[in-house]
Amino acid sequence: MRKLLLFSLVISVGLVFIARLFYLQVYKPDEYSLYDDNAIRKVYDYPKRGYIYDRNGVLLVANQPSYDVMVIPREVRPLDTLEFCSLLRITKQDFINIYTKAYNYSPRLPSVFIPQLSRNDFAMLQEKIRKFEGFYIQKRSLRDYQRSIGANVLGDIGEVNNYIIQNNPYYKMGDLIGKQGVEKTYEDVLRGVKGIKFIQKDRFNRDIGPYKEGIYDTLPQSGRDITITIDATLQEYGELLMRHKRGGIVAIEPATGEILAMISAPTYNPNLLVGRQRSANFNKLYHDTIAKPLYDRGLQAMYPPGSPFKILNALIGLQEQVVTTEERFGCNLGYSYGGRKMGCHSHASPLNMNGGIYNSCNAYFANVYRRIIDKNGNPGDGMDVWSKHVKSFGLGDFLNNDLSVGQPGKVPDRKLYDRTYGENRWGSTYNLSNAIGQGEILTTPIQLANMAAAIGNRGHYYTPHIIKQIEGGEIDQKFTHPKHTTIDKQYFEPIVQGMFDVYNHGTASTLKVPGIEICGKTGTAENFTKINGVRTQLTDHSIFVAFAPKDNPTIAIAVFVENGYWGSRFAGRIASLMIEKYIKGEITRKDMETWILTHGLESEYAKPYSGEPFTINKGATIDIIPMEDKPKSVK
Amino acid sequence: MQTEQRSYRLDWISIVLFLLLVIFGWFNILSASHHGEVTNYFDMDQPYGKQALFILMTFGLIVITLAIEAKFYERFASIIYFISLLSLAGLFIFGKNVNGATSWYGIGGMTLQPSEFAKFATALAVAKYISDLQTNIKTIKDQLRCAAIIMVPAVLILLQNDAGSTVVYGAFFFVFYREGIQQIYLLIGVVALALGILTLKFGITTTVIITAVAVICIHFFGKKRRPMILESASIFLLCAGLCFGVNYFYENILKPHQQDRLGLWLRLEKDPQKLEEMKQTILYNLNESEKAISSGGLNGKGFMQGTRTTGKFVPEQHTDYIFSTVGEEWGFVGSALLVILFVSLITRILYLAELQKSQFSRVYGYSVASIFFVHFMINIGMVMGLIPTIGIPLPFFSYGGSSLWGFTLLLFIFIKLDSNRLYDW
Repeated sequence: MRKLLLFSLVISVGLVFIARLFYLQVYKPDEYSLYDDNAIRKVYDYPKRGYIYDRNGVLLVANQPSYDVMVIPREVRPLDTLEFCSLLRITKQDFINIYTKAYNYSPRLPSVFIPQLSRNDFAMLQEKIRKFEGFYIQKRSLRDYQRSIGANVLGDIGEVNNYIIQNNPYYKMGDLIGKQGVEKTYEDVLRGVKGIKFIQKDRFNRDIGPYKEGIYDTLPQSGRDITITIDATLQEYGELLMRHKRGGIVAIEPATGEILAMISAPTYNPNLLVGRQRSANFNKLYHDTIAKPLYDRGLQAMYPPGSPFKILNALIGLQEQVVTTEERFGCNLGYSYGGRKMGCHSHASPLNMNGGIYNSCNAYFANVYRRIIDKNGNPGDGMDVWSKHVKSFGLGDFLNNDLSVGQPGKVPDRKLYDRTYGENRWGSTYNLSNAIGQGEILTTPIQLANMAAAIGNRGHYYTPHIIKQIEGGEIDQKFTHPKHTTIDKQYFEPIVQGMFDVYNHGTASTLKVPGIEICGKTGTAENFTKINGVRTQLTDHSIFVAFAPKDNPTIAIAVFVENGYWGSRFAGRIASLMIEKYIKGEITRKDMETWILTHGLESEYAKPYSGEPFTINKGATIDIIPMEDKPKSVK
Repeated sequence: MQTEQRSYRLDWISIVLFLLLVIFGWFNILSASHHGEVTNYFDMDQPYGKQALFILMTFGLIVITLAIEAKFYERFASIIYFISLLSLAGLFIFGKNVNGATSWYGIGGMTLQPSEFAKFATALAVAKYISDLQTNIKTIKDQLRCAAIIMVPAVLILLQNDAGSTVVYGAFFFVFYREGIQQIYLLIGVVALALGILTLKFGITTTVIITAVAVICIHFFGKKRRPMILESASIFLLCAGLCFGVNYFYENILKPHQQDRLGLWLRLEKDPQKLEEMKQTILYNLNESEKAISSGGLNGKGFMQGTRTTGKFVPEQHTDYIFSTVGEEWGFVGSALLVILFVSLITRILYLAELQKSQFSRVYGYSVASIFFVHFMINIGMVMGLIPTIGIPLPFFSYGGSSLWGFTLLLFIFIKLDSNRLYDW
């Protein structure tokens, strides 16, 4: 018995140990992953981000190296601070402050001493850095915008935030990600795949060499280049024309849905969001709540479309066969109904459809609209039919494209009015403003441009998109298949003719461009703001929708200038110039170009914030900008 | 003819197990202590280099140990014991303080730790005393003397602030038990241990109540015979006294770090925030070693490939925490194999001890097995968090010349005694 005590103890302790080992190592081992092992430092090797080219192969975005001076405080040996400071162009006090901060963070780990040196400073320092032990230079890659255009199109990259890190395991603290524009929508293509190196650390967190001689390390995969549909020349020209104004231009190639230009004014130089000053500049842009430079007016500004919308009503009227092209409606400076009157300007009367369009007669379209809604005696049914037709032009919903921002706009339907007035307690006169594109309808410039493209194509459109080509990839199928409107092809021809006549003898007759058959439609949108809580009307927005040439159009465009008063005043001129620039490559209407370049609206925009009473529309002000100030086109 | 026979009768199983442990140990020390590329395996500035030298010198030591006449150890047991005591006592004058313990002699560049050698000396003395014809272990007088033999070195070591090595002397209980001390000691030992743990875990009141209930149950329902009231009462009082004693010992005699270690083992700290804090301080070592072991998984990360070992995340890894290297780099397979190696060596020694004809050899063998067992149990148990932290080395495995030579002497004196088995009377 006594002999067995120790013997059995030895055996049982052995068994307990093996059981414990089994528990620790096999039954419930820490889910071991190299990524979670805090003894392994994961060093990422960032791939080259893909370049961005315009539709003609012009390089828009490339990368530039940037150099950070790093310091490991423990390894710093006495140095010639005077020389070092003068190389970096800092004072001795700066040196002491930064060094102390780095030392407090960790004496053993590298800290950024001076971030993002300029190339010149780097060149100077590179020669001498070996003299300064404990300091070294780390290379990073930043975006380099070759031209100062298209900030809203191209977007920018910035550090990922916590939300992204938590939801996407690919991104780690400090990684860069596309924040706006194509940088955001084509992030996955542009970024490539980063490589990883596993480095063994010791308990002081120092690197002591590659883990297992680097067998788990991966190489980075370069980002792929993309070509976007933007025409850099047109984009640049549009931005030039929009100087001193606010608003947006969207130009689309109707045959493909490719976006040729997408301008939002005011804009900014995309290089502001690169490098050392990024966050200061971003804050400045972000907090400019008056001019809102980060707000893409071409994509996000929702306004009643005004007169261009009349074209749709004409098309729907024809499709629903409630009106013929020859039927005439009278206009007595407006359309009277139930003791009220919708005003109109002075023009010949009565008018058939062609005249109604090029004169933009409100009374004509009031009649057409009422016939559509009251077609079978039930305004609800009529409204739904109307709404369906309108929506088939891509209005009232997100276009579902590859742009990083957008707005759905608004197209009313039966439900909306039932909710407002009660079922069957409303009629076509309740929402007569829809006839002339006011009322409950809201559209964005890109939707209007798309509408123009659909009309130019006589009944179909391609979802407007920005991607033209991806290196080694295909673009989304939804951009290459046409979407058809609910209007039959035969009904478009008279409408197109009407739009053509807008230029011939209508509201845009002064904007003709020799040699190009442009079809267009002016628009004017009333708009309101709140000043100290009081709803105040501001000068109307100037809107213009056009496509050219008349047959087989190559460009469809929507221009929208905030508080530009009437359609042909600013928007129409800009649209004509853009079309000429795109089709001819040069401007023959120099008079029009000069007018646009020398007229601005900044004092008009300042009015609501002045605190003084002000006048609008007929009392609108316009700035004259001396020609010398004409900004040189920036290369 | 005779010499030939003797050499053949060395117990090769033990020797092979010893060699496996020493060599496997050295590889783990190499892994735990190298920095970057190893260019010179005998680099005297690195633990692995020194250990390589210690191992080489060990072979010399083995030859000497085996060359000496077996009877020498029995005859000179007392003298060896006294020299050992002197060396321990000398530390108070010439000792060198390392990490708070005055347990080393500095000789040239080397240090010697006499407490490692005191183990085999004490084992020899105990064997010598018990095997004396006039000794009867069943008598209180001889029990006290035996106790004195182990207490003197134990107390000297304790005074040098090396509490871990002191605990090892508890191993001799197994020897005394084997040699015939009364069963009651085992009972008292087990009861005292249980009461101690209960007191610390649940407090004095609960433990005293549990004791009272247990005593009353035994008093009234005991099978063999009904004890007298007075007997039961005094047992109860003794137990209660023990509870208070344990509490007093814990609160007033143990040092704060010892209290913490014990408290942690008993899971006394419930506040998760404090526990988290402790993981950074006193629990750090244990926490890192457990993490290293469990990260090894079934097959381990491979020799010299342990991320935590290479990164030196476990302090003292090449000495007391060497087992965590095995766990990380050799995984469950390697660690279990190591446990089996130790169990095999200890049981082999026990088996051989029982075969001995001379009582001296048997007692000595039993002492060797007990000492290895206590080291094995405490060290590996501690590294895996099964036993409160007590810093003692893993025999043949941990870095350190003194401990390697101490254990080698311990083992090879027995192997020598065993080889002489047939000539014993």
